[in-house]
Amino acid sequence: MLFLDAIAFILDPANLLGDKGILPRLIDHLLYSGLSLGAALVIGIPVGLFIGHTGKGKNFVVALTGSFRAIPTFGLLLFIILFTGLGLWPLVFVLAVLAIPPIIAGAYSGLDAVNRETIDAARAIGMTEWQILGKVELPLALSLILGGIRSATLQIIATATIAGYVGLTGLGRFLIEGLALHNYTIAFAGAILVAALALAADGLLALIQILVVPHGVSRGTTRTTSNSRRRTRPPAITTTPITEG
Amino acid sequence: MLWLWENRDLVLGLSLEHVRLSAVPIIVGFIACIPLGWMANRFRMTRAIQLTLFGVLFTIPSLALFVTLPSVLGTKILNPINVVVALTIYAIAIMVRGAADAFESVPRDVIQSATAVGFSSVSRFWTVELPLAGPVLLANLRVVSVTTVSLLSVGALVGNGALGYLFINGYQRDFPTEVMIGIVFTLIIAIIFDQLLVALGKVFMPWTRKAPRVARTVAVAAGGDA
Repeated sequence: MLFLDAIAFILDPANLLGDKGILPRLIDHLLYSGLSLGAALVIGIPVGLFIGHTGKGKNFVVALTGSFRAIPTFGLLLFIILFTGLGLWPLVFVLAVLAIPPIIAGAYSGLDAVNRETIDAARAIGMTEWQILGKVELPLALSLILGGIRSATLQIIATATIAGYVGLTGLGRFLIEGLALHNYTIAFAGAILVAALALAADGLLALIQILVVPHGVSRGTTRTTSNSRRRTRPPAITTTPITEG
Repeated sequence: MLWLWENRDLVLGLSLEHVRLSAVPIIVGFIACIPLGWMANRFRMTRAIQLTLFGVLFTIPSLALFVTLPSVLGTKILNPINVVVALTIYAIAIMVRGAADAFESVPRDVIQSATAVGFSSVSRFWTVELPLAGPVLLANLRVVSVTTVSLLSVGALVGNGALGYLFINGYQRDFPTEVMIGIVFTLIIAIIFDQLLVALGKVFMPWTRKAPRVARTVAVAAGGDA
């Protein structure tokens, strides 16, 4: 059976190390993903925090997240490579482009969900804008910001499989080689490895998401989030908006 | 441009194929999510199970799913069914969470009022809950539509990518124009689908025409692709 053959391939120590082994390809996969995520964070977090804090450019976020999702990443990568030649940077660029919208959206919606009254209170007791951002908005928004990073990470890990098609390695190489050689055992093994890596990364980030956010804050966050949801209901439904206090 | 004119039959055929292959997952995802989302919203127990299960399914990379499905379904690896089934799984995975949110967004007091004036639970669902959940459902369906159209091209690696064929063929022939045309036509199909959904939303939910704010927050919050 194909599934058992694939498991046997993964567990065979002969396939672990060496040029075409699982371990070096796993490390490459993590390297591509890490570089891309780093690049996306450097751009996405400041932009998202700026939009969330100032409230400027909300429409930009909506347009960006909607339209970037429509770009076929695979096609974009091949298109760029035809001009730049094979290499690591086209891949990192394309994966970062893929990851920036969810990161910006997460940071923006995290700050947007913070209760306006809390921010006004912080401003009233004399906090500077930087203090409000760092001491009030960031801790309250942390859960949603990490949520955006988590979804970006998943997309990067999943899409990094196409590296195997453009002269790089990574776990996707097993898939591409397996398909090219009609050796579906190897392809299946590659699929299992990529899926396992994605699930592991998702689980790890979910855990961090829970651990990093302090108890008191996470309770406040859920309350303000449900408030913001109520706020965004169509006017046709809500008759009188319920305000607190 | 000259290339496009000379190969218009090929590009048109691939575009129609793209529409055909991506329409099925979007429609099936929408139909399947209504009972599933309603169930997830109604019963706390199944909600946790459903959201976890579909969360895990959504985590599996698309290329991995394209390759593993043949052995699960017993189909040939080049059969287009594999890609359609994989994209349908993603569509349902995104839509179930969205549909659960959509039914949750229906105000409790409205449901109670409907019960109080004598709606049966079946007619209350069709005439009160479903229409009020509509705007959020539509926002999620638009995400599914765009994601499906763009993901389908990865299927070219397993021989069924519709317009994705132009990516691979253009790449192998070192011919950027062909790849570009593949990207442009994928985007055009995504935009047409999106506008079609918006138009359908206006026809079936005439009361939302002046309240576009709902679509925004959900589209930002909902999950992504690949």
